[in-house]
Amino acid sequence: MFPMTASDLSIKICKKHIIGPINLTINEGGITVLMGPNGAGKTTLLKALHGIIRLATGQVIFETPATAAQKQQSFVFQSPIMLRRSSLENLAYPLIINGEDKQNAMNRARSWATKIGLSAHMERPAHFLSGGEKQKIALARALITSPQLLFLDEPTASLDGATTVEIEALLTEAQSTGTTIIMSTHNIGQARRIANSVIFMKDGQVDAHLTADAFFDKPPTEAAQKFIAGDIVL
Amino acid sequence: MSDFWEGIQQAIWLLLTQDAHLMEITLRSLRVTLSALIISCLIALPLGAILAVRRFKYRRLIISTLNALMGLPPVVVGLIVYILLSRSGPFGVLGLLFTTHAMVIAQVIIITPLIASIAHNSLRELWSEYHDLLISMNTSKWQRVKTLLWDGRRALMTASLAGFGRAIGEVGAIMIVGGNIDHATRVLTTAISLETSKGDFALALALGFVLIALALAVNLTTHWLAQTEREGRW
Repeated sequence: MFPMTASDLSIKICKKHIIGPINLTINEGGITVLMGPNGAGKTTLLKALHGIIRLATGQVIFETPATAAQKQQSFVFQSPIMLRRSSLENLAYPLIINGEDKQNAMNRARSWATKIGLSAHMERPAHFLSGGEKQKIALARALITSPQLLFLDEPTASLDGATTVEIEALLTEAQSTGTTIIMSTHNIGQARRIANSVIFMKDGQVDAHLTADAFFDKPPTEAAQKFIAGDIVL
Repeated sequence: MSDFWEGIQQAIWLLLTQDAHLMEITLRSLRVTLSALIISCLIALPLGAILAVRRFKYRRLIISTLNALMGLPPVVVGLIVYILLSRSGPFGVLGLLFTTHAMVIAQVIIITPLIASIAHNSLRELWSEYHDLLISMNTSKWQRVKTLLWDGRRALMTASLAGFGRAIGEVGAIMIVGGNIDHATRVLTTAISLETSKGDFALALALGFVLIALALAVNLTTHWLAQTEREGRW
């Protein structure tokens, strides 16, 4: 499936230019963190790479055919989208639509529920869970199919420290078992903790793309330096 | 006023003694209405879901037409069905005029746009909530429709009950195509109309109270369903 290559990728929404042209390559393994100020185009780039918004120009290429590559990906949204079902059924949903036997799917969902510490809440409608619990369900639902590529759009925004630590642990574990992760975050501390490489975005363009160590040791652009220093990047 | 009290007394008496004529008319009313409701739901609910999920040419025209047909005058529907089913009409050979089948056909035409329109409005809202998730999970169009129909089942039940309420109280169309024939096509509404014209207000009121009881039962069920939805009980 890898490397994933975006070439001359650009997005327009209602004829307004949003991001691009962007050229980048993501290799297999590790956690790539997308950072940048608000409106830099992080969410749009994630959705474009995942293929859920139409490209104005360019293409995203995988080593495997597009339909096969699509099946190997998952996406976690900033505001978790819960199906109007029980938490257990939410977890089992991706398995069931992929044709897995319902009983097996439910059993696997139960073991994931135990893993994320929510087994006591599995029969409750998912809408009644707290924000952090919903995000854990959303992450487990994305990981339950063992995707090769996982996109996350600010998964820990507005969550407390304890839940953030739990989610980071799940991401680190997923990465160690072969899932390549691309996530956006505003949290510089989080990026320092888990990132292997960093893509810094500004004004709809990739301003820098390098290893996390190199990025934090010596930010390559003025905007990146300001961002890491906690200054406002305009 | 004496007719009113007499009507209440007679209604209670007819119900307590399970008057055979009343039971026959009531059961026929239910049979015709429920048959029409089932057929309408089979057409209207998937149609509502497809209109919510898919984008195709003439979609807006279909939605506008459905909305317009919600206010279709039943007498006109009765007249059109009468012409189509009459001996000189295109479907006259089927011999359906003045049968309960003709009444079901007329009711289906009246309530299908109503159910489809309410279903579409509810499912459109649900689809806007689910859109990104189901697209990112690479679901097929059929899986999306199925998911919306299942997760929107409470709203769809409300749409169906609205259709039931409209059909059970319908008189104009079924009078024309059914003919109000005793022991054959007489239902609650046409019997009320007949007894009123005969001056037997007590019996007409008694039948009216049964009809009101059925309508009330439907409304209470709708209310109860809405409550269970808010509490997330099913």
